[in-house]
Parts: sequence; structure tokens; C-alpha cells
Amino acid sequence: MNLSLSDEQEFLREAARGALSRFKTFEAAREALDGEPDALPDLWPTAKDAGWPGLLIDERHGGAGLDAFDAMLVLGECGRVLAPIALLGHLPATAILNDAPSGALLLDDLATGERRAAYLPVSPPDDIHDAWSADPRSGIERAPAPTAVADGDQAKVSGELAFVPDAPGADLLVGVALLGGKPVGVAIETGASGVAIEPTTRYDATRSLGHVTLSDAPATLLDAPEDQSSGIGQLASAWHLAQALVAAESLGSVETALDVSVEYAKERHTFGRAIGSYQAVKHSLTEVLRQLDNGRSLLYYAGWARRGGPDEFPLAASAARSVAGRALDTAARTMISVHGGIGATWEHDAPLYFRRAQLSRRLLGGTARATDRVAGELLAQADAA
Amino acid sequence: MDLDDTQEQADYRAQVRSWLDEHKSEAPVLDGPDAIKDEDEVIAARRAWQGKLAEGGLAGVTWPKEFGGQGLGPIEQVICNQEIAKVKVPGILDAIGVGMLGPTIIAHGTDEQKTRYLGAMLHGDEVWCQLFSEPAAGSDLAAVQTRARVQDDGSWRISGQKVWTTNAQFASYGLLLARTDADVPKHKGLTMFIVPIDAPGVTVRGLRQISGEAEFNEVFFDDLSVDGDAVVGGVGNGWGTALTTLMFERVTIGLGSEGMGYNSNRFAEALARDPDARRDSEVRHQLGEIASELLAVRFTGYRTLSALQKGQVPGPESGLAKITIVNGAIKAGELIADVLGPDALAEDGQWAYMISFLPGLKSAGGTEEILRNTIGERVLGLPPAPRLDKGIPFSELRSKEGAAA
Repeated sequence: MNLSLSDEQEFLREAARGALSRFKTFEAAREALDGEPDALPDLWPTAKDAGWPGLLIDERHGGAGLDAFDAMLVLGECGRVLAPIALLGHLPATAILNDAPSGALLLDDLATGERRAAYLPVSPPDDIHDAWSADPRSGIERAPAPTAVADGDQAKVSGELAFVPDAPGADLLVGVALLGGKPVGVAIETGASGVAIEPTTRYDATRSLGHVTLSDAPATLLDAPEDQSSGIGQLASAWHLAQALVAAESLGSVETALDVSVEYAKERHTFGRAIGSYQAVKHSLTEVLRQLDNGRSLLYYAGWARRGGPDEFPLAASAARSVAGRALDTAARTMISVHGGIGATWEHDAPLYFRRAQLSRRLLGGTARATDRVAGELLAQADAA
Repeated sequence: MDLDDTQEQADYRAQVRSWLDEHKSEAPVLDGPDAIKDEDEVIAARRAWQGKLAEGGLAGVTWPKEFGGQGLGPIEQVICNQEIAKVKVPGILDAIGVGMLGPTIIAHGTDEQKTRYLGAMLHGDEVWCQLFSEPAAGSDLAAVQTRARVQDDGSWRISGQKVWTTNAQFASYGLLLARTDADVPKHKGLTMFIVPIDAPGVTVRGLRQISGEAEFNEVFFDDLSVDGDAVVGGVGNGWGTALTTLMFERVTIGLGSEGMGYNSNRFAEALARDPDARRDSEVRHQLGEIASELLAVRFTGYRTLSALQKGQVPGPESGLAKITIVNGAIKAGELIADVLGPDALAEDGQWAYMISFLPGLKSAGGTEEILRNTIGERVLGLPPAPRLDKGIPFSELRSKEGAAA
């Protein structure tokens, strides 16, 4: 057993931290909230230089051929500085294509970052719901997954997907559609007829979202192999990968939120002593650390499970998402409390973390749904035992 | 990153399994209709079984070979624990001795002490207990008042009271932290002793807990006499010796936290049997939250193990796992009792026992409050609360506290 980072992984993380440190991401996030979206730095060239777009693409297609845990390390670094970067949409999309023989032709440009993909999030069935479903525009009722009609070796796809991360500006949409009720992988050029992407932001200006409407949009059918032996194929795996990536990104934000809070608690004095010496403050910061540490352990679980134990990947990724989402909310609220009144103002970075926490927890099915899937997976395991 | 055994570890696992396959029929039966009922018989059978495990090399895996161990690493200890759990036979009886007190003697004891005590401890011939906490010294362990006074002939006389002492009712020896000098600050005047339990001057009294069972004891010392060679680690060095024991306690917990049985699968199985509960969104949400944290602790354990293999020593952050486990299990007990109703509280059932055990466990091995203080200060680097006991001789401190009370 070895759950330590390899030298290569340490290097990947340090290189990412170095590359992202050149940008004033917090200032940009605040300005963007103030109505200047152009203030956000374009980090895609940085991602290209670092090779991040091809992280999950095989070397024979020009990628780095790395695995989920490596991608999580990069997302963690993005989370540390609230970097507006389109990897959350791009990486799960490339994971689907990489495992589909007919996706190979599309991979070379995506690996270099010359073209950018966005993942169309559709959640796989669970122990109670037997249908694939999409995030609704509003409410708790899940929306239907897009449907496909075969058209030779192509297909025409129709459906609506709300709040798709990184859809605006993407060249290619990759996801799941139901063909005769069965899930198939589809890749859709955004420039094609029948594709409409309505850019939108909510509450956190660093997060680029889009409402995607597909009306008989021409799609390449991906013969993504569904591994029946393990019960989880690449289409479902992409959903869980996206959960793990949000978890990693969230925990990166928790790390810096905790660091800033701890530093302030050491410096700020009341009644003649540093506030961090008071048990109430110390214990609330320790609670952030506890949730962070639990989340980190689950990232290792998810990072191992995608290849090492695919049966457990839905459980591992969902648990990571559940814990990380709560950790970020706790960290942001604690950051505000520890800083006192100033923490709740525009003067401070704490509201940027808080906004990130509130939106992130509602994207890609939301943390509540991930928590529910943890229960579902364990109940199913109990039946099998 | 890898969860699988290396070839060497797989070979070791096969070796352990083959020993267990050959000997498991000799293990005492503790559950089910054929279980041994009489408490004394249970202890005798478990001591004998520990002896067999030791002969087979399945006890004291990390102990040096010269003391009867295997001289292997923590990963082999975990493999051994896993295989023992898989064949559903009991592990060693004296986990406290072999896991914590023996290693302390190996680190700080004299050659004579090692020769005299370690072999008998490892084989279960003599069971040990840990005599650290007192009624007024738990979180503030260095405040122990049990007094050891040196005599003209170099022997010591010990008087005082210890508490929360697991296994004392059948222990032969204990490792005891006592005050030998009250005129120096409290961490400095302490000394560690090996004391006999079945000697005149020692009284063991069971402490019944919420469940009604007595798993802990109070141990009273009334002028117990021990020779000068009972001192472990030198007179006045008791605090440093105690820290070694507490470090091994963290290792033991880090390697075996799931051994307590507070794991997500067990709780899910209890709920899965109720067809309505398993579809109830509130039940599912709570199960999901509890289980996610308990799963995290499983992988925190693996991370600790990876660090141990690299020679790193677990620090105070391992207390976070204990906080997560205890609070997670408390919530799980609540959820299961909500779903099962009063039947969950049947006295002889597993859930009533668990529900009864957890409020005390919250304080055992460091209260949640003390663990959070320590982690806040030693891991996050936050400043300590102002202390009124620093640099003050223990005797003056006691009179101050008396005056304030």
C-alpha cells in the first residue's frame, strides 16, 4: 500500500501553484462581480503551456496519460486561488472521448488545448431512480436526459441542460444522450446547427456557466464501452469524475481559506490576547481542518478507485463531493466569523470564498444529491453482502 | 498511489492466513450459541489464545526479534489484524500491553526489565494495564497526585488513586505515572513505575458504565512498596516516558480505528433491512453524511500507514479521526434508533451497547475539547490559552487551586 504523492505528482502540484501565482485572481474575481467580466484573466494559455488540457488523454493522442488523482491535484491548485479556468468542463469530456474508439479523431486538438470541450452533465441511475437525468433549471425534480435519434453513424440530439460549467466558448460538447432509451456517448460541435448556448453566471463571477439547448443537433455517436462486469461504464464514470474534480477544487479553496483565517487569528488581539488562543475560535478552526482532512482522504479514495476499484468509484467520488462541499461552506463561514465584521464586506476576500461555496454546492447535481448517492451505494452494498 | 499488497506483503499475508487456517479451530468462541459464558473462563481462554498467536508470530509483529517479536513494520501489523478479522477469531487480549506499554519499556526500560517482563507480556502470561489517569488528572495528565516516596533503602512507597483502568481486574502488572517531587513544576516531578497489581496495598474496583458493564476500573494504592528497579526511564523523567506511551497509543488507534466496529457498512446494513427507511430522503441524507466521514477515516488510516512506512511518526492530527469516529457513531446510533424505535434499545442488543458506550468514549483517550486544543496549537500553530501553572512548583499550585475552590 502506498497513499503518498509520487515525486511527479509533487512536481505537478508545485508547477501548477507557480503558474497560477502569476495572476491576481482574487482582485479579478471582485472586479468581475462589480460588472467587469473582462477583468478575469484568460488562464487557458497557461493551462495549454502546462499540458493540463491533455491530462486525461493517452500519450498516443498527444496527452499526458495521467489519471484522476493528478487532475484533482491541478483542480485543487485552481481552487486555492479561485482561478477561473475551464478544466471542470473540459476534463470529464476528454475522459469520455479517450475511452471511446470513435472519439480518437477528436482528441489531438483537445489534448493540446487548441480546442476546448465541455462536459454535458447527465447523472447515471442510482438504487432508487432508474433513469439518467439532467440538472433542472429550478426545483428538485430531475430533468430528462437529452435524447438521440440515429442518423447513419451520426445522430441528432435534442434536449436541454441547465448550468453547464464552461459551456460558453467551448468548441465541442461531450456527454450522454438516450438512444432508444439506452445511454450513448455523443460529441457535438458547438458551431453546428441546432446548438444554442446561453452564457450565464450566478453569484460567483469566476464560474462560467451556460444553458445548453439542443434541437436535432448533429452528433458523433461514441461507442464508449460500457463495462458490464463492474456495472459502471465510462459514461457514468465521467459524472463521478466531475464530482471528484469539484471536490478537489473545493478543498483547494478550503486550504487557503483556513490559512488566511489562522494567520488572522494569530495576529488579531482582543482583551490582551490573540483571538486564536480562545478555545471557541480555536475549535471552530480545528473543525475546518477536520473536514478538510476528511475530504483529502476521500480524494485519495476516489483517485485510487477510478482505475483501481471502479465498482467503488461512485461511492468514493460522491463521498468526496459531499464532504468537500460541506467543508467549503464551513470554511467560508468560519473565515467570515473569525475576521469579524470586515469578513462580511467587499473589502475582504472572504465573500469570494463564500460565493464560491454557495454556487459550487449547487452545480453538477449538487452536494445533497452526492450525499444521497453515498447512501444508495452503501445500501446496495449491504444487499449484496 | 496503490492500495494493493506488494509481492512481499502478499507473501506475508499468505503466511499469516495459512497459520490461521491451521489454528483457527483452537480459538475461543466469544459470540453465538457456543460462546463461553463465564467471564473468568473467557479471560483464561483469550490469554491462552494470545500465547498461541505469539508463538505463531501474529502478536507483537512490530516488536524487535530479540524480545519475541517479528521485527516487521506497521503494514505487516495491519495485514495481520486484517487476516485475524477475516477468519473471525479474537485478536490478542492485551492490546494495551503489547501495543503501548511493551513498546514503552522497549524504548525506556532497563535490560533487566525487558528480559523479565516482555516475553510474559507478549504471550499473555501476564496482562498489563495503564495507570495514568486520575480523578483529578485526565485532560491535564501532568497533574497526577499519586505519590511515590523514596525510602532509605532505595525502595519506593506508593499511595494514590488511578481511574479508567482497562483490564486491571485481571492484570498482573501496570505502568504507573506517579509524582516523586512536588517541589518542582508539575511536568518535572514525575516518574514512571512498573507496579504489581495482585500485591498487598493495591485494590481494584470495577466502574460500571451506562451499559451496566464494568469495562474500566478504579485502582487504589495504599502504601504499596516497590523496589528501586521498578523505575522506568529514570526518576523525574516520567513525563517524557508517558509521551512515548501516548505516541504508541496514537499509532495503535491509527492502525486499528476501524476495529472498533464503527464503520459505514455496518450502519448501512442495519438500515437496509427496513424497506421504507432505505427510500426515505432524510434517512438517506443522514446516512450519506455519516458514512462519508467514516469512509474518510478509513483512508486517513491508510494515509497514516503510508507515512508510518516512510518512518514518520503520527502527530496530534490523528486526534481528528477519533473525533470523527465518535461523533459519526453517535449520529449513526441516533439514526438507527430513530428507524428501529425502542427495539434498538433492547439491553442485550448491539445498538443499545453502542449507544451506551459512546458518551464515555467521547472523553476516552483525550476529550474532544482537549484534542481540539492540542490540534489547534500543534498543527495549526494557534497560540495557547494563557496558563496559570507554568513554572510553578506543583505543591504551590495545589494550594492555589485549593484556595480558589
